[in-house]
Parts: sequence; C-alpha cells; structure tokens
Amino acid sequence: MALYLIRRLMQSGFVLIAMSLLVFLGVYAVGDPVEILISPDADQEERERAVRALGLDLPLWHQYLVFLGRALQGDLGRSFVFNEPAIQLILQRMPATLELAFGAMFISVLIGLPLGLYAGLRPDGRLSKTIMAGSILGFSLPSFWVGLMLIMLFAVQLGWLPSTGRGETAMLFGIRWSFLTGDGLAHILLPAINLSLFKISLVIRLTRAGVRETMLMDYVKFARAKGLTPFRVTFVHVFKNIMIPVVTVLGLELGGTIAFSVVTESVFAWPGMGKLIIDSINVLDRPVIVAYLMMIVLMFIVINLLVDLVYTLLDPRVRLEGKA
Amino acid sequence: MLRTAAAIGLALASAIGVAQAQNLTMAVGAPVTSLDPHYHQLSPNNAAASMIYSRLVETDNLARMQPGLALSWTAVEPTVWEFKLRPGVRFHNGREFTADDVAFTLARIPTVPNSPASFTTFVRPITRVEVVDPLTIRLHTATPYPLLPMDLTNIFILDRETHEGATTERFNSGELAIGTGPFRMTRHANGDRIELERNDQYFGERPAYARVTYRMITNDSARTAALLAGDVDVIDQVPTADIARLRRDNRVSLQEITGLRLIYLSLDHMREDGSPFITDNDGRPLPRNPLKDLRVRQALSIAIDRPAIVARVMEGSATATGQFLAEGIHSHIPGYPVPAFDADRARRLLAEAGYPNGFRITLHGPNDRYPNDARIIQAIGQMWTRAGVRTAVEAQTWSTFVGRAGRQEFSAFLLGWGMNPDGSHPLRNLIACYNRDTGLGASNRGRYCNPELDRGLAASSQNLDPAAREQQLLGLERMALEDVAVIPLHIQTNVWAARRGFAITPRADELTRAQDVRPAN
Amino acid sequence: MSATTAPRVETPFQRFVSEFFASKLAVVGLVVISAIILVAVLAPWIAPQDPYDLAVLDIMDGRLEPGSQGGSGITYWLGTDDQGRDMLSGIMYGLRISLLVGVGSAVLAAAVGATLGLLAAYVGGKTDTVIMRLVDLQLSFPAILAALMILAFLGKGIMNVVFAIVVVEWAYYARTVRGNALVERQREYIEAARCLALPPRRILFGHLLPNCLPPLIVVATMQIARAIALEATLSFLGLGVPITEPSLGLLISNGYEYMLSGKYWISFYPGIALLVTIVAINLVGDQLRDVLNPRLKK
Repeated sequence: MALYLIRRLMQSGFVLIAMSLLVFLGVYAVGDPVEILISPDADQEERERAVRALGLDLPLWHQYLVFLGRALQGDLGRSFVFNEPAIQLILQRMPATLELAFGAMFISVLIGLPLGLYAGLRPDGRLSKTIMAGSILGFSLPSFWVGLMLIMLFAVQLGWLPSTGRGETAMLFGIRWSFLTGDGLAHILLPAINLSLFKISLVIRLTRAGVRETMLMDYVKFARAKGLTPFRVTFVHVFKNIMIPVVTVLGLELGGTIAFSVVTESVFAWPGMGKLIIDSINVLDRPVIVAYLMMIVLMFIVINLLVDLVYTLLDPRVRLEGKA
Repeated sequence: MLRTAAAIGLALASAIGVAQAQNLTMAVGAPVTSLDPHYHQLSPNNAAASMIYSRLVETDNLARMQPGLALSWTAVEPTVWEFKLRPGVRFHNGREFTADDVAFTLARIPTVPNSPASFTTFVRPITRVEVVDPLTIRLHTATPYPLLPMDLTNIFILDRETHEGATTERFNSGELAIGTGPFRMTRHANGDRIELERNDQYFGERPAYARVTYRMITNDSARTAALLAGDVDVIDQVPTADIARLRRDNRVSLQEITGLRLIYLSLDHMREDGSPFITDNDGRPLPRNPLKDLRVRQALSIAIDRPAIVARVMEGSATATGQFLAEGIHSHIPGYPVPAFDADRARRLLAEAGYPNGFRITLHGPNDRYPNDARIIQAIGQMWTRAGVRTAVEAQTWSTFVGRAGRQEFSAFLLGWGMNPDGSHPLRNLIACYNRDTGLGASNRGRYCNPELDRGLAASSQNLDPAAREQQLLGLERMALEDVAVIPLHIQTNVWAARRGFAITPRADELTRAQDVRPAN
Repeated sequence: MSATTAPRVETPFQRFVSEFFASKLAVVGLVVISAIILVAVLAPWIAPQDPYDLAVLDIMDGRLEPGSQGGSGITYWLGTDDQGRDMLSGIMYGLRISLLVGVGSAVLAAAVGATLGLLAAYVGGKTDTVIMRLVDLQLSFPAILAALMILAFLGKGIMNVVFAIVVVEWAYYARTVRGNALVERQREYIEAARCLALPPRRILFGHLLPNCLPPLIVVATMQIARAIALEATLSFLGLGVPITEPSLGLLISNGYEYMLSGKYWISFYPGIALLVTIVAINLVGDQLRDVLNPRLKK
C-alpha cells in the first residue's frame, strides 16, 4: 500500500513537470504577452522595458529554469496582469468554482440517480424511454446556448432568479461561500443547473446500465427468489453495486466539471477559476496558465487516488496492488 | 422553492426600496485588473481609477481638457510648464494634497515593478520637477513640448505619506486605494466587482449615488440579460446586435456618443517584392507587392462600401470615415470626404496598375477584439471579391493575431486605434516611420514610411501655438490619407444602456464611471 | 444443402442485425443518420447557395427572416445570418464540417487509441507502463483546456480541430481497449494462436482486435457526439473552424449573439440540426451498446 502510494506520487511528479514544460512551450509558441498587454501607444523603449519587467528577455530555457527553481520553493510566479502571485489569484477564485462544481454534482446525483434507477428497473416502460431520450439532450445541447436560454427564461422573462454573478457570501473557515445565504443560493442555482446537464445524463445512463446488469446477476436473482421485497433488493443489493461505477465516473468527472466551468462561468459571469483561466489564455498570462493547469493536474491526481481508495471501501475485492 | 426565493426577493426589494435611490449597480464588459493607478495602462483600469483618484488635468466627455487637481496651466517658458494647484483638497484618509504629492507621483511612475504597460512614456519628457510652493509646480522639458498637459490627463495623483513604497497588492486589497476622487473604495473582489462609497469631501460635482457596485460581466449577452432582468442599472459596451431591441424597449434607454476609436485596415508597405498573402489568380506568388502601388491602395479603399458596413454590420453604431478623428474633435479635417464606394473605378484603377484581372489576397483580423471585427473583414472580403480582388478571410484570437501583425506576417489586416484627441497621436504611432531611436511608429504594423511626413511631424511637435499646430497636423493627416497609408473604415459609437430612472453621460473615451450616472425619469 | 430443409442457422452478424432492428427507436435513428449523411454528402449539389463563397454572399441580405426574398431573387427559407448567408445552405454545409470533425476525429482517435491499448495489453511490462502513464496524463488534462491550448497554438482550421480532438480523446479508446484486451488475452483462442506461433501482428489485429471491437464501437459513437459538441464549444470560445466555413457549432455561436434581439433563426435552426444529429447518433449507439454487451444477454 505504502509502496503503491509512493510510486503513484513519483509518477505524478513527472506528470507535473512534463505538463509545465508543455505549457511553457505552448504559451511561448502562441504569441507575445507584451504585445497584448502593452498600451497601444507605448514606444519601442517602453516595450523593451515591459519585456524586461516580465522576465521575457531571457532565453526560453532560462525562463523555464527560473520558473522551476521558484516552483520548487512553492512560488509559481506572479501574474503579468494582476501583479499578484498566481497561486494566490487562483486560490481566491477557487471556492466559487468548487461550490459551483459540487453544486452541479449534487444536482446531477439528485436528479440522475432516481431517473436512472427507474429507467433501469423498467427498461421497456414509456417513461423510461422518455427519460433515456431526454438524457441525450444533456449530451448534445451546447452548454453556452442552454445557459443563455436559462437566463432568458428564469431571469429575464419570469424574473424568478438573478441572471448573473455570485450573490451574497458568508464566511466559513475563513473563506467566502455563497451557498450559505439565500441570495447566494438563488445566484448559484442557474449556473449549477447549466453545468450539471451533461452530468445528469451521465448519471442516468450509468445508473441504468448498472441496474440492468446487476438485475441479471445471480445474487440478485437469488435475493429475489428468496422473497426479499423489491424495495430491499433494489436499495440494498442493486444500489450498492451500481454505486461503484457512479462514484468512479463522478470522481473522474469532477475535474472535468471544474475545467468545463470555463464556459458556464463566462456565460453567468461567475467569478471563479474558469473565468480566470480563459481571461489568462486570452492575454497569455503565462504564470497563471501554468499554475492553473498544474493545480488542475494535481487535483486530478488526488481525485484519482481518492477514487481508488473509495473503491476498496466499497468493494473489498478490489486491491490497490492488483491495479497495474 | 423558486417561488419562495422569489417571494423573499420581493420582500427584500420592498424593504430596501427607500435606500434604492441611493444605490447604483453598473456592469462593465472589460475587467479591471488592478487598482494601482500606475501599474497597467488599460482603459478599464483608468475608468476605475478615475472614480477613486483624480488627475491634474481632467477630461470632459468630449475628451477636452478641464481643470482637475490643477486649476490652470501655462507654458511660462518654451520648456517650462507651470501648474497652479487646487487648494483645500484632501485624500480619502484626510491628508492634504500638495505639490509635493505631484512630485512624488511623477517619481513613482517609472519605479512600479513588473508593469506590463507602464505610464512611463507620459513622464519621460519631464527632465526636472520644481516645487515652487505647496500649490505651484513647474515641469521642465528638454525641448518645447505642447502635449504635456494632455499627457498628464493619464496620470492619477497619489499621496506621498500614504503611498511611499506601496505595492500593487496593497492597492488591490483596498488598503491603499486612497485618492482624492469622487468615491472611496469599500470592497474589491478581483475580476468580479468593486464596491464604492461616495466621498462627501470631493472637490468636484457631488456624485448622485451614495453606494455603487461596479460589476464586471464580460460576456456581451449576459450583460444585456442582466440589465433586462433588472440586476444591474447601467451597462456599457452594448453589443450592436442588441441595440435595435433595446431601443424599442421602454424599460431602458440608450446613451450614445461618437467615440475616438478608429477601425482601419493596415497594409503591407514593407515588402517591395511579393507580400506573403498575395498571389495571382492561380495561386502563384506575385513578383512585386501590389500594395506598394498607390492606385491599388486607392482601389482597395473605394471598393469598400463603408456605409453598408456601418448600416448592416455595425447596425448603425459607427460613423463611416475617411480620416482619423470624428467631427467636433481636435484635428478633424473639416469636409474631408468619406471615400465613395465605386467598384467600377476600383477595377479601372487595378487595370491601370497592371492588374486587369485582379489578384488574390488574404485579409486577416482579430475575432475577439473590436465589436464585430470578424464580421467586418468578411464583409470587406465580399466587397473586394466583387471588385476583382479574390479575398480569403482569416480571423484569429487577438492573442495570436497581434503577435503576428507585429512581426509583419500579414498583407492586409484589420486593426483599431483609440485616439487621443490630437492628430499627432495617430500620426506618431501609426503613420510615422518605425524608428526605435525617435520612438515613432511603434504601432505602425504595416511599416508605412514617408520621410517628408516625419519631418513635418517633428516640426509640429515643438510648436506651442495651438492653432498653428493644428493646421500643421491637418496638412500631415491629409498627406497620409492621400497616400492611403492606411484605409480608415469607421469610427465606433460608444453605447451605454440604462434602466428607466438612470442616465449616464456618454464619454468619447469609452470610460464607464459611476460619477457620470444621474437619476432620470 | 437446400435452404428449405436446413434448420435456420444465424451467423453472429445476422443475429446482431436482427437484435439491432428489434428497437424501433434505433431504426429511426439509423434512418435519420443516413438521411443526414446523404444531405451532407450531396450539399454542393442540393444547397441553394454556396455559403463558403464570399462572392455570392451579400451583407445587404444579412439577418433576413425565414422565407424572405434576397436581392438576387433567391428565397431564404430559413433566413440568413449576419453575412447574408442562407441558413439552409449553411446548415447543409455545416453538417459536412461537423460530421467530418466528429467522425474523422473519432476514427483517428480510435485507431491511435486502439493500437496503443492493444500494444499495452499484449506486450505488457515497460511498454504498458509508459502507455498507461501517457493515458493518465492525457485523462488528467481537461479535454476542453487541452483543445483550447492546442488550437491557440495551431490556429483555426478543420484539420487542426480534428487533430486537437484526437489528441484529447485517444486515451479513452486506449483505456477501453486495454481493459478488454487484458481479459481476452487470457482466453484459450489467444493461447492457441500463440502456440501456433502466429506473428504478433496477426494475433493483435487478427484475433485480439475483433474481440475488442464491441466496446470500441460503443465508445466511438459516444465520442462522435462529444466531438461535435466540443467543436461547437471551441467555436463559441473563439477558436475552432474558420469563420468563412462555419460548422453547425460556429453557426450556433454566431447566432448566439442575436438571441436576445429576437433573431432566433440564426442559432435556432442550426441548433435543431445539431440536436437531431447527435440524438440520432446516440440512439444508434445506445442500441449498439445493448446488443453488443455480452453481460446483458439473457
């Protein structure tokens, strides 16, 4: 177990270094941050000063080594745009994105699990077919488009919910969260729904597939034959079994959800990391891009590890060492 | 649940209805990146700064200079400007404003670390700062420099005692966002909102609202939706697609003004032989660059139906133009015509230049920078193709585009330029020969070069007689335009939208500021 | 042997076909897909206008309502976009691009992913570790961001979009195929093939691959839809296909800006086309999955 963890961590380290190098090269190849950030009427002298100020006058390998040296001390550089440590900028915005992503996850389980369960238990019912056909919508509608439709319907036409932005926040553990206030909840609802659409479909499908497979398993047949109530069969035997794929995929999707919030955050003016990264890519704010991606990767690694650990808890047959 | 939320919302709304009149919520399209007024020279930052800080020389909504912290300014000698300062002005923390603070500010500007776009260019001409008395300051320059007061409209004044050694972070956190402006800052959530409170000691006109929330909503449709939903009272950068609808909606009003931003095409003047994106009709490179021929440039200019672009693509939110600045602004050439659309004449000019069957060209442009930028180049592509120049169109994100344009990789490309209200500004930056030593032509990405024009520009830059200088500039502008150094297309109209009960004074310089909003019916 | 007397023996393929056609929905999906492909292929001959030719577009015909008459006498049944592009023609041509991006990237990604996945499973050891770490690296990188970076670097272009999507999606295939191949490798028929000393290439592609195909096909149908949606999102973010050759996604995101002003048709009709396409692909994919999944066999 310990050996396994150490090996995973070492591999993760390599992944992080490879990632930072790729991003460094990528940003360098795309364009010149100074051209974008500089005031249009700056003269050549001022341009050269800006290049020096941002440390872009050094050869690329030198810039990378400087970055690596500082990164080992926990400093991922200062944003070109904000002149604040990149990590600090990202951490400031992280709670907003996290609560949005978890909100979306919560909604997707809340809606997806019962629907998927129903569709799996009555695969040929009319309602099931409707559910399944409807779930395809979640895959196919572009989320930016759905986002605007939600705003138009619930904010502009009906006036039930605020259109954009994050509402009032309350402090918990020294961080501002908006899900603790009524106003905050009203603000988070639309973007969370928007972000959860894809996830709802996914959960419906996973649950349905899992239920259908499990219902055919011998132990379920046996349980039914034993005369256990359908309720007990469903919620004890089947449920336990389908939770594994659902937990796995949702775990893996959490990272994707956080990344995909790029779109939702930009449509709903949600002040999270997604908006920060898209703005940073637009102005080639390299320190923020690198720091953001490294944190995302780190998060993925941690999530994967957790998923594996949860696996062993849910299903003792899975052994960590057994996985290649 | 929705209903409960709505009910609670209604209850809250009526409870705070009384206070409502004192509150203002604005949404802007471009994020403010820093509250340090000397860190990043960027319009949104300048807008935010001009709510918190003030300048020696302010500008009104038509970009004309007005007294600010300085009551008057005169060139007491050809190389010495004297500023008489306003007495009795206090910073938000109660400290008094004096000439020494001006000296401190001018000294701080070049020392702000890590600045990606500093204000240094504005203070570089100043060779010496002389504090005569607490309310008089003299700025010395090496040569006569008529633009000094205008340069100072970019400089926000800080307090020596408060801001000595201040870092950008301490401004952003709000700790040191202390100025002499109409508002004091109460909260700053980076990239999301700034909350402000009226400064009752402000020396100028008292702002109408006691509390202001200044939100940043970068997505155009979301910003309009927020206005329609009543979540914000005023928005800026109204997308042209929404203007027609908002005009019909009696819950909102639009405030517009012709701006200072010119949209133009830049052409490859640098290469004599073969431009990278120009070929003959069979796709083979041409031996020489057709854009070096004045007749070709004229043909390309008159092949564009500018009024059609303004009407159809910009939906009326622009003014077709053949010059740099709009009517009513300094250095506008009175009566200078908008090149008339004439595809037949364009064809004849091309034939005279030796291209009876035209040629092929790729027109480049950004797709996320100026309103409808990608649509404009497609429309021009249509028009050029009909006039015989088969045009392909390629739009890129600004981050990629601007780097390539700066490396002279394109043949013809669309750009925009926010003018200072003075002809020397476009001439120095866009038209003058690219020259590192003089600092001229830094944004001349097509590398047009006309030594005669440069000589005229040098002469005008030391002319302290405003009227004579303007005449000089008009002549130089004509020279550049007759030679089709660039192809001007239109000048953008700046559009704001406000909910009923609010009105904003529109500004030519595109700045969106809370002090410009007033109650209206 | 005469057909009348022999007992009916179904080949696996026949059984597959009959099981597939048992679902009416799937059949509808298949019919719709076929129709869409036909329209996409025939677009240059049946579209009223070549929407990619700037010379035939006229901004004076821009944003016309459905059913309007254009300056040149053409009727725009589904209206026009901001450039005066006939939406009907735009959708037909857009389908071509979207399908090309979806199918092209799925096929390429499947080819790359399956090959690597098979190799990893068959060879094992170091090769397996390296490939699977690559897969982890790829899967740990959010698809949308990776595609964004790649396109920012390569610039716009249909092939660039396909490439970007292949880069972000091959790992799904590799993981699927490897998992399956690991199971199949233990089976007797592979043992037998090895005993016969068949060349590894033949074992890999002749024996192992066919038995890993069912899950691969299922993943591929899902990924086609995903790729089309991803391309739409990239176009919304300002990257993606060139503006003069709009895909369905780009048409939608162009029209997005006009939604608030009531000019719904610019993004509504391409949206419907995209929706129908993806729903049809998924209907077929769902049925394929049910038919091909051995664990659901009763």
